[in-house]
Amino acid sequence: MKTLVSRRALLKGGLAVGAGLTIGFPLPRRRSDALAQTPGVFAPNQWLRIDRDGVVTITNSVPEMGQGSLTTTPMIIADELDVDLDRVRVEQAPANPALFKNPVTGAQSYGGSRGVRDHLAMWRKAAAGAREMLMQAAANEWGVPVESVETEPNEVVHKPTGRRLLYGQLVDRAQQLPVPQDPKLKTPDKFRYIGKHVHRRDTPEKITGRGVYGVDVVVPGMLVASIERCPVFGGKVKSFDATAAKQVKGVKHVVQVSNGIAVVADGFWSASQGRKALRVTWDEGPTAQVSSAMITREYEAAARQPGQVARNDGDAEKALAAGGRVHEAVYQVPFLEHACMEPMNATAQVTPDACVIWAPTQNPGGTQATGARLTGLPPEKVTVHTTLLGGGFGRRGEQDFIVDAVETAKAVGAPVKVMWTREDDLTHGFYRPATYNLFRAALDANGMPAAWFTRMVGPGILIQKGRAKAGEIDAAAVEAVRNMPYDVPNLRIEWTNKDFGIPLGFWRSVGPSQNGFIIESFIDELAHLAGKDPYEYRRALLGKSPRHKGVLELAATKANWGAPLPSGRGRGIAVVFSYGSYAATVAEVSVAPDGAVRVHRLVAAIDPGIAVNPDQVKAQMEGGAVYALTAAFYGRITIDRGRVQQSNFHDYPMLRINEMPVVEPHILDSGEAPGGLGEPGVPSVAPAVCNAIYAVTGKRVRALPIDRAQLKRA
Amino acid sequence: MVSLTVNGKAQRVDVQPEMPLLWVLRETLGLTGTKYGCGMALCGACTVHLDGAPVRACVTPASAAAGKRVTTIEGLSDKGDHPLQRAWTEVDVPQCGYCQPGQIMSAAALLASKPSPTDADIDAAMAGNICRCGTYQRIRAAIHQAAALQKGGAR
Repeated sequence: MKTLVSRRALLKGGLAVGAGLTIGFPLPRRRSDALAQTPGVFAPNQWLRIDRDGVVTITNSVPEMGQGSLTTTPMIIADELDVDLDRVRVEQAPANPALFKNPVTGAQSYGGSRGVRDHLAMWRKAAAGAREMLMQAAANEWGVPVESVETEPNEVVHKPTGRRLLYGQLVDRAQQLPVPQDPKLKTPDKFRYIGKHVHRRDTPEKITGRGVYGVDVVVPGMLVASIERCPVFGGKVKSFDATAAKQVKGVKHVVQVSNGIAVVADGFWSASQGRKALRVTWDEGPTAQVSSAMITREYEAAARQPGQVARNDGDAEKALAAGGRVHEAVYQVPFLEHACMEPMNATAQVTPDACVIWAPTQNPGGTQATGARLTGLPPEKVTVHTTLLGGGFGRRGEQDFIVDAVETAKAVGAPVKVMWTREDDLTHGFYRPATYNLFRAALDANGMPAAWFTRMVGPGILIQKGRAKAGEIDAAAVEAVRNMPYDVPNLRIEWTNKDFGIPLGFWRSVGPSQNGFIIESFIDELAHLAGKDPYEYRRALLGKSPRHKGVLELAATKANWGAPLPSGRGRGIAVVFSYGSYAATVAEVSVAPDGAVRVHRLVAAIDPGIAVNPDQVKAQMEGGAVYALTAAFYGRITIDRGRVQQSNFHDYPMLRINEMPVVEPHILDSGEAPGGLGEPGVPSVAPAVCNAIYAVTGKRVRALPIDRAQLKRA
Repeated sequence: MVSLTVNGKAQRVDVQPEMPLLWVLRETLGLTGTKYGCGMALCGACTVHLDGAPVRACVTPASAAAGKRVTTIEGLSDKGDHPLQRAWTEVDVPQCGYCQPGQIMSAAALLASKPSPTDADIDAAMAGNICRCGTYQRIRAAIHQAAALQKGGAR
């Protein structure tokens, strides 16, 4: 102990020299520089720090929205650093894109199932570098070559002499060392956590009510607001009368903000009572002319005209014109809302020189930028606390609820929590696009597709958001169609942008969520037309797509594809690539005489390259299946006079436990680059179910949600 | 003024009698474990026990709780170790977790009346609780596990 103390004293004097460590990533190090000068804290990079007591603190930059990042991030870092996971503390990163941006997208925003797949390599390298520094520090202390030392959890050991030093005893010396630019990573056989079943760290707070979601934030002096919004998209306030609203007990302010009229009160109940008493006259704007029937008519008309060419292999038009067995079908999907269990909300406090935002956001970087834009403050004066998210699914990457909070707080000069009702949430969302898709294919003499033509009509999310150029192909719209895996010599994909101003958003698995359904249903039609087994038909066409084939075969094998089923049951299969992962589903269903569909079993297979926490990969597959089934059976947002017609769970129903099939997820660990996990479980489910319905009934579902009346036996 | 007992503690709250119990719990008493999800008793996120029976706090006026015992997720167990909470941890049920307090309170009422529930019992008792993350399969497994724990005299 004595030597330790004296060494500390010695090293303290030289700490300033140790500043400016870099771990070999092109990241500025403002925050860690500050830490580096904290005596007794070894902070080689922004992702981890160790104090003299050996306490390891890991910073998680990925918002926790159910996918398990509060567990997965520390698993990766603790494994490569070689510390015990149960001794690690985890902090949620503040908004600071310079330090915490996603290294692939360059934004501190999380969608596209990018948690593990974009960060795995960086976090491993950051932790491995820190471990090497600790090893070097011990080697220097002992005067032995670094090659002769190794680590055991939480300590460095010199086996030849049996000497050991805990990481906490090495922090001051490690702090002095240069950061290795190319640290040696563990080989997978040495992993203690990666690839193993690790229980979620956030369960205790989520089962006791202690966990703090955005809606639970309390700030001293905080008021609560509810905002009346124009029922028509894009409508504006013409005038409003707040007289009656202001008379409601507890109502403090009524102010106009960008998204409507905010009623600000001492609590949510008072705010919502005040809102009911509010009188607003709206200028509804041009979207008031838009209805779902009109959108469908316009889509149909557009589908008769040529679209923009998204892919063109061979000459599909010529091959189709040559005749043979030509098959045509139209597939349609509706608008969908995310329906996060926690309705949108955010809390903000705006003072002349600072803005603080508490939000359940997928986009901390964007939230900071929004705060800066609305207050005129520089971004570093805008602090963002990312709370737990009560569901994300893509909805919480948007900024509308952040705008609500910052504008309202600024207007009333007090901290304000803006809370949405379920009705606000469903009627003012960012919707998965409704689309209309024309298919035409010609089969050759063997029944295999000689030509394939798809013309898609619908709006483009990226174009509407200004993230892709108008006039170009919207990558999100054609995803999983343009890159469909089947080997067809003559293939033409067209897309026509038809946007009627309904706000669009990224809905769990985005393009593939709907395009998986249309492609995997149509290929199934062709298999049946050819008189072939739908599984074997797909396999025969997947010669150039081995990873599709791998999960297809795994799902089919685990589901005993081809084995007899109880009478009245049928199987369907589908395979879709999305967000870096390959997933296949086999569904077993039965259909009652009244057309009611029962899904008994879903066998799912995923190849995510590497499964960091396999049990949570399975959880994402189970959850993705439920999300997909809800959409397949119930999901439909319709528009009338520019308004969403659904308002709550009675007319926008969710799958419930009594309808839950058995889901059996299987992981194919291919060892390839890591893929996404949150979204890939969704796209193959609806087509597998609809293909199974066809197997049982001979009726082809070509529009979602599944219409029970269409399946009724005469 | 409404007098009620919340998690064993007598409370007198100065609220309008028609104000839903949900907001009394969350905003007046600061018990934020009970969640708002729909405001229409459609999702179950706000489930609490009123004299032991599960109710949706979002449509239960404060006046209806007057003189009664309210139990919320915060009061289900002292240390978060109710058999359901232990089973929930073991099975890794929660994903986002927002609906889970309501799920657990519904399940606790079920286990109190049916210590060995069948799958059909679980369907009937739990169909009022929506989970958007889709944890239903694990909820079912965890309820069965909690029933076994409870039977084993684990408490």
